[in-house]
Amino acid sequence: MGGKEIMIHDSALGPHQEILTARATDKKILGKAQDGGIVTALLVYALEKNIIDGTIVAGDGKEAWKPEPIVATTKKEILKSSGTKYTMCPNLAMVKEATRRYGLEKMGIVGTPCQIMGVRKMQAYPMGLRHVTDKIALIAGIYCMENFPYDSLKAFIQDKANTTPEKVVKMDISKGKLFIRTSDDETAIPIKQTHGYEQSGCRYCMDYVAELSDVSCGSVGAKPGWSTVIKRTDVGCSLVDSAVEDGVLEVTETNTGKFGLEMLRKLATNKKKQRVKNVDKALDLGLEVPFTRSDLKEDILENR
Amino acid sequence: MFDKLKNMIKSEENTKTSSTKLSSGKKLKIGYIHLSGCTGDLMSFTENYDELADLLDAVDIVYGQTLVDCWEMPEMDIVLIEGSVCLEDEHSVKELKEARDKSKLLVALGSCACTGGFTVYSKGGQRAQPQHSSFLALQRLVKVDMAIPGCPPSPQIIKKVILAAVNSDMDYLAPFMKFTENQDACGCDLQKRIINQSICIGCGACAAACPTRAMTMKDGRPSFNCDRCVKCGLCYYQCTRSWWPIDQIKKEMGLE
Ligand code: SF4
Ligand code: SF4
Ligand code: SF4
Repeated sequence: MGGKEIMIHDSALGPHQEILTARATDKKILGKAQDGGIVTALLVYALEKNIIDGTIVAGDGKEAWKPEPIVATTKKEILKSSGTKYTMCPNLAMVKEATRRYGLEKMGIVGTPCQIMGVRKMQAYPMGLRHVTDKIALIAGIYCMENFPYDSLKAFIQDKANTTPEKVVKMDISKGKLFIRTSDDETAIPIKQTHGYEQSGCRYCMDYVAELSDVSCGSVGAKPGWSTVIKRTDVGCSLVDSAVEDGVLEVTETNTGKFGLEMLRKLATNKKKQRVKNVDKALDLGLEVPFTRSDLKEDILENR
Repeated sequence: MFDKLKNMIKSEENTKTSSTKLSSGKKLKIGYIHLSGCTGDLMSFTENYDELADLLDAVDIVYGQTLVDCWEMPEMDIVLIEGSVCLEDEHSVKELKEARDKSKLLVALGSCACTGGFTVYSKGGQRAQPQHSSFLALQRLVKVDMAIPGCPPSPQIIKKVILAAVNSDMDYLAPFMKFTENQDACGCDLQKRIINQSICIGCGACAAACPTRAMTMKDGRPSFNCDRCVKCGLCYYQCTRSWWPIDQIKKEMGLE
């Protein structure tokens, strides 16, 4: 690939080198994963190319739709874990275990923006992570507006969709609605109705697009079945570039307009503006929130 | 282990003339004092030997049991102290006070020094020294300039701290100065200072940091087993939401 592009500093979408719209070419991945299946495809590709020797992902837990972090070391395991879960999965709890019990030397981590923040903090200040942070090889982020405790999710499934978690085959957030699908039915819950059910910690979260990841992706800004991929660090860029080159990802034209990148930018900006107010309120109350008051920030969109 | 360090000092003496890395042109005088700890911190420190040999060329280890043959405590630029201080051990109390007087920067290295660590469980009555029963974090008795928690602190953090100190990167070191405000620690800090403040996001970093599996994750929140807790503070310090070093992160990612 040609020369490296320069880092674009962007306080709404985070630092990045390029944004593209892509999907996995592997039909198996597309069938199972969310949207364009980018995370799954990239992880499998990174594993095959020996860029990682395993990865922490949100795998199936004991209860339906209640994920637990697992270390996946095969394509099969990665495929099995694909698809968004919409409830918290403490992926970072596995970082030490992944290097010890699984002996990973080149660890991949998939996470929400807040989890990626945690990983970067670990790398910067690894007091309690002996020989762990030097083994992190790839950090992939997924976009996130908010997250629901498992009980909230159960409430949606039982009370609004009138079914049980076991019967749900897919969940999806798009066009301002949470879709809950069973094999023979579909319920759409307007996101507005889910307010009050999200975990409270999300109210202070100023990161929508995993700004500190190597590469991040999500459905917003792309047409159905595709994902918007944000190439950030050199690690992320070279991984995406070679995956495209090797035909693992296919790229389509990026819509920069109203339903494309403009939408992504709008959602990111709105999230930040709203959360910054929550931070101010919490600080006024005297709570121990680690973020800065809006009037002390040079740029209120910044994640600090 | 100690031999390695001793060799390090010897080789440093041989090359004295060539080491002019510090801006002042003078070598930093460093002391290492071992109070009531398990030597884990020193072992973690020495794991960096290969990578830090050059760097340690730029310092003089002037005081330290088993490290240098010196019984009279000299003036020191930096003194690293491992372990908590035992009130019934007069010698320890005296050494700590003397170290404070004779050092410019006193660093509590490891959780026993920072928060008391597992030594806070002591009630005395044990063999050999039954009267030794009260152990405290160093800042209960003297002013501590920096606290580096960890049980033990990882070799990676020790390396980063040493590099920051040699390069006078005070921004990197600032959090460790702040940590001296905590005189004790417990897994229940997460309940009080994270969950009850409404800021937990269920990421699991706390559970990864816990050296004893006292902290695990349950239903998207940390779940604490007090019986396993060694009061090291790592769960809190390593928590994604306890403090947020965005400037350091950006710097390390080359984003500034
Ligand atoms: S909204 Fe932020 S804090 Fe909440 S789960 Fe998503 S990334 Fe984490
Ligand atoms: S819960 Fe674990 S990490 Fe937290 S203070 Fe106790 S031992 Fe340390
Ligand atoms: S590290 Fe902090 S924010 Fe993350 S789960 Fe633990 S207590 Fe919650």
